Amino acid sequence: MQGRAAASRDAFAGVPRWLLGLVPLALVAAAVAAFALTGGPGLGERAGPPVEALAVERTVLKPGVIELTVRNDGPDAVTIAQAQVNDAFVAFSGAEGPIGRLGTATVRLRQPWIEGESYDVALVTSTGGTIDHAIPVAVETPDADLSFFGLMALLGVYVGVIPVALGMLWLPWMRRIPPAWLRVLMAVTVGLLAFLAVDATLEGVELAGEGSQAFGGAALVALGALAAYLLLSGVSAWLAQRRAAAAAAGASGWSLALLVAVGIGLHNLGEGVAIGAASSAGALALGAFLVVGFALHNTTEGLAIVAPIARGRPTLIRLAALGLIAGGPAVLGAWLGAAAFDASLAAFLFGFGAGAIVQVIVQLAPALRDDAGRTLHPAAVAGLLGGLALMFATGLLVAV
Amino acid sequence: MPELTRRRLLAASVPALGAGAVAVHAAVPHRHPWDGDAHAAPGGDHGGHGATGGHAAFRGGTVDAAANGFDPHEVLRDFDWGRTTRLPSGRTLREWELVATDRELEVMPGVTFAAWTYNGRVPGPTLRCREGDRLRITFVNGSAHDHTIHFHGIHPAEMDGVPGIGAGQIPPGGRTVYEFDALPAGLHLYHCHVRPLAEHIAKGLYGAFIVDPAGGREDADEMVMVMNGFDTNFDRANEVYAANTIGFAYMDRPIVATRDELVRVYLVNVLEYDLVNSFHLHGNLFHYFPTGTSARPAEYTDTVMLCQGQRGILEWRFPHAGRFMFHAHQSEFTELGWQGFFEVR
Repeated sequence: MQGRAAASRDAFAGVPRWLLGLVPLALVAAAVAAFALTGGPGLGERAGPPVEALAVERTVLKPGVIELTVRNDGPDAVTIAQAQVNDAFVAFSGAEGPIGRLGTATVRLRQPWIEGESYDVALVTSTGGTIDHAIPVAVETPDADLSFFGLMALLGVYVGVIPVALGMLWLPWMRRIPPAWLRVLMAVTVGLLAFLAVDATLEGVELAGEGSQAFGGAALVALGALAAYLLLSGVSAWLAQRRAAAAAAGASGWSLALLVAVGIGLHNLGEGVAIGAASSAGALALGAFLVVGFALHNTTEGLAIVAPIARGRPTLIRLAALGLIAGGPAVLGAWLGAAAFDASLAAFLFGFGAGAIVQVIVQLAPALRDDAGRTLHPAAVAGLLGGLALMFATGLLVAV
Repeated sequence: MPELTRRRLLAASVPALGAGAVAVHAAVPHRHPWDGDAHAAPGGDHGGHGATGGHAAFRGGTVDAAANGFDPHEVLRDFDWGRTTRLPSGRTLREWELVATDRELEVMPGVTFAAWTYNGRVPGPTLRCREGDRLRITFVNGSAHDHTIHFHGIHPAEMDGVPGIGAGQIPPGGRTVYEFDALPAGLHLYHCHVRPLAEHIAKGLYGAFIVDPAGGREDADEMVMVMNGFDTNFDRANEVYAANTIGFAYMDRPIVATRDELVRVYLVNVLEYDLVNSFHLHGNLFHYFPTGTSARPAEYTDTVMLCQGQRGILEWRFPHAGRFMFHAHQSEFTELGWQGFFEVR
C-alpha cells in the first residue's frame, strides 16, 4: 500500500500544487457544462401544473385595512389575481405582477375588520388555487413609529442599562456577603436562563413553522443558536486573552472592567434583538419573561463589571460609562429586532437569543463552584431548581 | 391558538413593564377601526368601477369575454331554437349539434379554470323548442373524457343519457343522437351524467332547456339565468358564484330593463357542492312558476330557494325606474360573485 501511494505521489510530482487543487473543480464544471449542453437528460420539463406556495410572513392590521406580506417559497412564480376575506371578494392593492421564487409582495386588503374577531384571508392565484391565511384575533398592529421605537428603547433600558447599574450599586453589599450566598444567587440565575433557553427555542421553532420554509424553517433556530454561541464564545475567548495580556502588562482594574463591559454589551445586543423580535412578533409576553430573566441576569453582570475595580476608587462618570457600554447595546438590539421583523428572521433571532443564553450559562457555571470545586453541589442544585420553579411560577401567573 | 394567548399577554404584560412604558404608549394618539370611515383608508383599490362602489367586487373589473368565447350579457338573451324541418306528419323536427370540448376559461379576472363545455361555452346553449316538437340532438364528444347529455323532461329510457343505458357513455371522438318529443312544456335543463358526477357538472357541462307551451307565452323581455359556481382549487367548495358563469358581470354592467314591460327570467340552479341556491329581487315581487309547468303561479314573492336541478320561471313588471339589485340570498354567495343590477329605464 505504502509503495503504491508513494508511486502515485511520484506520478504527480511535476504538477504544480495549485493545479492539483483545481482538478476536481474543473471536473465538476465540465460535468455541469455537459449536463447543460445535453439539456439535462432525464429531467426535462417538470410534469403537471405549477406548484404555488406563498408563505405569509407578516400581517399588519390598520383601521379598515389588512396588510399581508407574502413570500413565494415554492418553485414556480405565483400571481395573485383575487382576494377574499371571510368568503367575500375584497378590493385590494399590491402584487399586480407575478411573484418570483423567493420574491415578496405586500397586498393591502380593504376590510372593515372588527377588533377581537377572527378573519380568514384567501388569496386566489391565477390558476384558481387559494393561499389561505387565518388571523385568529384581529388586533391593531402597533405603528413602527417614534413611539414604538421609544417603547423599544425603554425596554432596552429596562433590560440592559438599569439592571447593570443596579448590579453595580450592589458593590458594597457584595463585599460583605459570604461567597456561598453569591453562588446560590448565581445558580438561581442559571436556572432562570435555562428555562428561557428552552422557551426561546420552542418559540423560535413555532415561528419558523409560520414563516417561509425556503430558508430552512426550524433549522434556522439551530443555526441561530449555534451562531450566537460560537460568536459569543469567540468574543469572550478573545477578551480573556486580552485580559490576560493586560494583566501581564500590569494594566489597571479600569481597563479590565472596560473589557468585561464590552463583552457584556455584546451579550446584551443579542438579548435586545430577542426582546425586540418578541415584541414585534406579538410575543411581548415572552419579552416580559426575557425582561425579567435578563434583568436578574444583568444585575449579576453589573457585579462582574465592578469586581475588578472593587478595590479601587472609580469616579461616578467612569462607572456610568461602564454601565452604558454594557447595557446600552440592548436598546440597539431591541430596535434591530423590532424593525427588521420577518418570521424566518425572528426564528433565527430567537435561536440566536437561545444560543446567547446557553453561552452565558456556560460562562456563569464556574461561578457556582464551591470550595471543593464542585459545580452541582446541593446549594447550587437548590438554586437551579429554584430558578426554574421561579420561571415556571411566573409563567403560570402571566398565562392566565 | 398560541397567537391568542400571546396577544392577550401582550396587553397584560405592558403595565408590568412599568409606568414609563405605559406613559409613552398612552401619550401617542392611536387610531382605531371605529375612529374613522374604513372606506377612506388609504391605498385601497376601489375596484375600478363606480357602479359597484361599496359592494364586493373583483380586482380588475371583469373577464375577457372575447377570449372566453362568450359574454354573460349575450348568454342572458341568447335562445337557440335549432335548425327546423317539417316532418311528413306535419310536426316540426328541431335539430342541434352539441360538441363537448375542454377549454380554459377566465372565470375571475386573471384566474383560469380548466372547464369542460358544450359548444365552448358555460352554460351550454339554451335549447328552446315548442311542446310536441320532435327533437334531435347530435352529441359529438371532442373532449378528452367520456361524456353524455342527460335531459330533464319526458323521454324513452334509452334517450336518458346515462351510462349503461342506450348509447351510454360516449368516449372521446364518439358521437350519438338523442331523439325524443319535447315534453312537457316548462323549463328544464340538461347536463352530463358521467361518473364522477359532481366533477362533470361542476366543470361546466350543463345548460337550460326550454319547452314553450303549444300556445306560447305572453310577449316579454326574456332572460335565462343559470346559477353556477366554480371550485377553482378543487377542495369541493366553490371559490366563485354567479348567474351565467361570470361573477359580478351584471354588477359591472347592469342588465337594462324597461319600466312596466313584462320581464320573464328562466332561472335554473346547477350549483354543485352547495346544498341550495336562491334568487332575490330588490324593490319588486315576482310571480313564481316552479319548473314552468303550470300557467298558474305558485307564489308571489321576492325570494325563491332552489336545490341543484330545480328551476322555475319568474315574471314581473318594474313599476319604478332606477337600479335594483338581484342576488342569491346566501350573503356568502352574493359577495363571492352572485349579484347583479337591473337598470330600469
